Amino acid sequence: MLEQTVQIVSNERDTDAYFRLVVRAPRVAPLIQPGQFAHVRVLPLKDALLRRPFSIFQVEDDTFSILYKTVGKGTEVLSRMQAGADLSVIAPLGHGFTVPKRSGETPLLVAGGYGMAAMYLLAQRSPQKGIVFVGGRRRVDILCEKEFQALGWDVRVATEDGSRGEKGLVTIPLQAELKRRAKDRKLFACGPTGLLKAVGKIADEFKVPAELSMDEHMCCGVGVCLTCVIPVKTSAGWEYQRTCTEGPVFDSRQVVWEVAK
Amino acid sequence: MKAEGRRQEAEVNLSVQIGSLKLQNPVMVASGTFGYGVEYAQLLDLNQLGAVVVKGIRLGPVRGNPTPRTVEVASGLINAIGLQGPGVDGFIKKYWPFLKKLNVPTIINIWGTTVDEYAEVARRFDALGGVGALELNVSCPNIKEGGAQFGTNVKLLSQVVTACRKVTQLPLITKMSPNVVNIAPYAKAAEGAGSDALAVTNSYPAMAVDIETRKPKLANVTGGLTGPCIKPIAIKLVWEAAQAVKIPIIGMGGIQNAADAIEFMVAGATAVAVGTANFYEPQTPLQVIAGLREFMQKHKIKDVREITGSVQIVKK
Repeated sequence: MLEQTVQIVSNERDTDAYFRLVVRAPRVAPLIQPGQFAHVRVLPLKDALLRRPFSIFQVEDDTFSILYKTVGKGTEVLSRMQAGADLSVIAPLGHGFTVPKRSGETPLLVAGGYGMAAMYLLAQRSPQKGIVFVGGRRRVDILCEKEFQALGWDVRVATEDGSRGEKGLVTIPLQAELKRRAKDRKLFACGPTGLLKAVGKIADEFKVPAELSMDEHMCCGVGVCLTCVIPVKTSAGWEYQRTCTEGPVFDSRQVVWEVAK
Repeated sequence: MKAEGRRQEAEVNLSVQIGSLKLQNPVMVASGTFGYGVEYAQLLDLNQLGAVVVKGIRLGPVRGNPTPRTVEVASGLINAIGLQGPGVDGFIKKYWPFLKKLNVPTIINIWGTTVDEYAEVARRFDALGGVGALELNVSCPNIKEGGAQFGTNVKLLSQVVTACRKVTQLPLITKMSPNVVNIAPYAKAAEGAGSDALAVTNSYPAMAVDIETRKPKLANVTGGLTGPCIKPIAIKLVWEAAQAVKIPIIGMGGIQNAADAIEFMVAGATAVAVGTANFYEPQTPLQVIAGLREFMQKHKIKDVREITGSVQIVKK
């Protein structure tokens, strides 16, 4: 974990409301593990004080990138920032995904929308290629399909309106695949809470392990403020654990969905 | 013609005294915004601080409130964490081994739901040895029992401080609630019961609502407002409290830089605490210390205590 002022190399629109931001961060980049995040202070924001957390998308030499959607004030201001401008980042943060082993379970990745961003490094660094299931509402919500294909992964697309790939939720092709074969497979998911909950349920049903990257509202990002907590099973029942520190990646069997919002 | 070479920087004295506790400088961190210190150890040198103040601890573990627990508002933050924490034993096991090795004092923020519990927690930390001071949290707005119920009732406030005073010689800092009509009687009650200092102030009760869903933005409905937006009202409280008591005041509420900290000191604070700014700029406490030193050099102030209470009010 380091705090660094970094320079924007590029910040370009990907599709629709999605942007790709590349920053030069020579000290941070080599430390990044799949599933970790960067806590970014958008310096031009004046009266909105807090940093914004983003999954780290790609790492290349002394740069890393994030893939984000403009959803509020912070990301809108960020999307207007140009190459050469400074951002303050604290990164890399959080407990990420377990990188699959060459001889272990085959990884099945499940992503919703910009959840794909958290998956790229995992796919890139996995010695075993698997399947990526990606879902979104419309075709513009399907991100970086070609980049996963370029890594040699099988990409299966589903959109709710049927404008790209299979029509319906991404969990439909996932379940179909697990019906074909569930043995020696492991799920990794990132996306909206509804998707994560569904993946957790599917993992139980097919008795496969699943690691979920939880998307929670965050404040400090380093384990201090206790904003981003989720209910996690313990020997004595359950307790709130921090998405920024114990997470964002949790074993699906640890999450107490009945209590989670 | 100007003299060549490096300008000699005047040595300034930044040390202050809180009861029997000497601080190397007057800049500490506010309870609840700095965890248990260890979380920030990778980002800044904790030994540069005046003191580390840990998140509120009661006797047993506390689960905390449901989420969402915080919401960002214009120049501020509303929180309703609910004092989640490991309890005395959990804290001693998990965090004390790290904290006791620091070269700067650790101030333990304690709370309870009864006067007896406050005293018991105080007794436990007194027995631990090596604690710098105890801060009595009688002002958390986010828990049903304990907290602000004590800080907004002069009699109960006095009882809490008296009960803790009986069981420990450690410096006691009473963390005041801002949610009172006039802070003077509360400040005097804490002083009279044996408090060595006052921390002014805790967060302000507040609320935010989503206009689309018509639901409160916090699961707890209401929370405590902190950050730069509360600074002017906190300054006023410090000024009022400073006139009411002789014990030192630790000023806090929205400090983002040295100028903010100095403003609190001019209004009457002996020391200051950086709070919400830690969440977005963890270097803030160190920047405040550096800026305070520069200010003193620029204004030829040799001792930081000269700043405290130096506000000039001309009565017409």
